[in-house]
Amino acid sequence: MARRENPEINAGSMADIAFLLLIFFLVTTTMDVDSGISKKLAEKPPKDFVPPVIKERNIFEVNINRNNDLLVEGEAMKIEDLKAAAIKFIDNGGGLGKTVDGVVGLPCDYCGGAKNTSSSDHPNKAVISVQSDRGTKYGTYIKVQNELLLAYTELRNRLSQEKYRMSFTELEQAYKDSNRKDEELKKKVDDIKTSYPQIISDAEPTSAN
Amino acid sequence: MSKFGKKKKGMPAVNTASLPDIVFMLLFFFMVTTTMRETELKIENPRLPNATEVKKLEHKSLVSTIYVGKAKDQKQGKGDKIQLNDKIATVDHIAAFIYNERDQVSEAEVPFMTTSIKADIESSVGTITDIKLKLRDVNALKLSLSARKSGNE
Repeated sequence: MARRENPEINAGSMADIAFLLLIFFLVTTTMDVDSGISKKLAEKPPKDFVPPVIKERNIFEVNINRNNDLLVEGEAMKIEDLKAAAIKFIDNGGGLGKTVDGVVGLPCDYCGGAKNTSSSDHPNKAVISVQSDRGTKYGTYIKVQNELLLAYTELRNRLSQEKYRMSFTELEQAYKDSNRKDEELKKKVDDIKTSYPQIISDAEPTSAN
Repeated sequence: MSKFGKKKKGMPAVNTASLPDIVFMLLFFFMVTTTMRETELKIENPRLPNATEVKKLEHKSLVSTIYVGKAKDQKQGKGDKIQLNDKIATVDHIAAFIYNERDQVSEAEVPFMTTSIKADIESSVGTITDIKLKLRDVNALKLSLSARKSGNE
């Protein structure tokens, strides 16, 4: 007689169980996306590779020593001043641009630099060379890389603002938002990128001995 | 009059029957988005450097991570250690590690694979350079030096 009626299961504690699980997953969830400074390594040169000759004035030399001090173009410098120095170098525009397919490059008409003949010819010729010691702290190395990238970002933003009335960051974001399909925007992004290409080379570090 | 008076007497209890549904919905959301740390760190949790010019890494399946830092276990010795997958290795193991990672994705996606180096700020550039050279040997050229995004200035 007692078995005939099934008593309903009390579902009142269901919410508690669900909450318990919910809190567990809440705590273990990590939503942060990995982010970092992106770099592209140079391909391994073939054995008989002769490195191209680059004029001294087109190279911006940054040395970091074992004690995390900076030597820029032969002079000691604080890391805070690196960005300004890099901008001055890249944006100098003292000569003609790179020769592409036999066509001689044009002088940089968008550069705002001093057009000094002892500094870089053109942004697409300006090479930044970073040489660090094996004992240099990784944190310092990243800081230097970051400052150099900041210099490029600032120049790109400036040019983009002049040409397209929006900063390069906004331009890139707009292109990304269009799922990389907007051809018009792609042209603009590529134009700015080729105007100020990021040429940062990592020289082989000096040995600790 | 009596009808109106009755209504005001007691507040009807809020129906909580759908509360489990709501909670379950949230639960499923977090269950789906949860990624448990699949590798246990053998090195001390790296303190990543701060940088402003960082880019987000998309497509997690195409990212292989190399950790650099000091070993948790003192027996491993001092100095920078490299962790691949779940054990401490040397730079000579990097090539095999990259090939192994490549096997796990389709061939068309291999050029988009990125190596993320999570190194402690105290580690030395020499170690990073050694890794870079090994990566260059196996043609894994896309690199991301992991850094935390800090505000401008």
